[in-house]
Amino acid sequence: MTRPTRIEIDCSTGIESIIELTDAEVAQMEADAAAAEARRAEEDAAAQAAADAKASAQAKLSALGLTAEEISALSK
Amino acid sequence: MANTFELISSYTATGSVASISFTSIPATFTDLCVKFSVRKDNTSIDTTLTFNGSSANVSSVYIYGTGSAAGGASAVSTIYSLATQSGDTANTFSNGEYYIPNYASTSRYKAISHDVVNENNATAAQSYLTAGLFSSNSAISTVTIAPTSSNFVQYSTAYLYGVKSS
Repeated sequence: MTRPTRIEIDCSTGIESIIELTDAEVAQMEADAAAAEARRAEEDAAAQAAADAKASAQAKLSALGLTAEEISALSK
Repeated sequence: MANTFELISSYTATGSVASISFTSIPATFTDLCVKFSVRKDNTSIDTTLTFNGSSANVSSVYIYGTGSAAGGASAVSTIYSLATQSGDTANTFSNGEYYIPNYASTSRYKAISHDVVNENNATAAQSYLTAGLFSSNSAISTVTIAPTSSNFVQYSTAYLYGVKSS
């Protein structure tokens, strides 16, 4: 299996180097990916909770007799 | 105040790459600016920025929009950013910029401002606006942008500019 490679550009010389990742770097990348995945899941959950709360609030306002236009006006 | 931009270096991927680093950055400018356009080869959109070959002393807070929701969050050890992912519209790339004032200072921490957008012909397309901090008195001599998993694809690009105040 081909190892991932990273690119280094030395700004003092302009030389580009293609370097294979070490085992430690691959392990770090896997850890970073897991952390990013967890963070992404938190963001998605927070966004869903906000959307659910908004829908719930709109339903309750509608049950109180507000029109859709009146409910929309509250958030402007 | 920024007055002149000078291209220090640039890179365009000719194949898959796990990260792009600019090393030995000269300390002769006032600010640094990194502009990038990247796409990933898996379904994750997350990318990161780190300094001097380490994620130490890096933190950030950011606000985001997804096309259907908005929010904010914070992160340690990285400044998160975005790349379009393999499921997004073909041949589209994210576009973003990091701006790093006083990057060569050896007597103060460095603040970083960052904005990025994903391009995707669909309901879901993300944007981030980020305030970052490199809590170190060390001058920044290396900047690295990397996907948090897998690789940037061919034609992903990064440009490093030096900015002078006069």
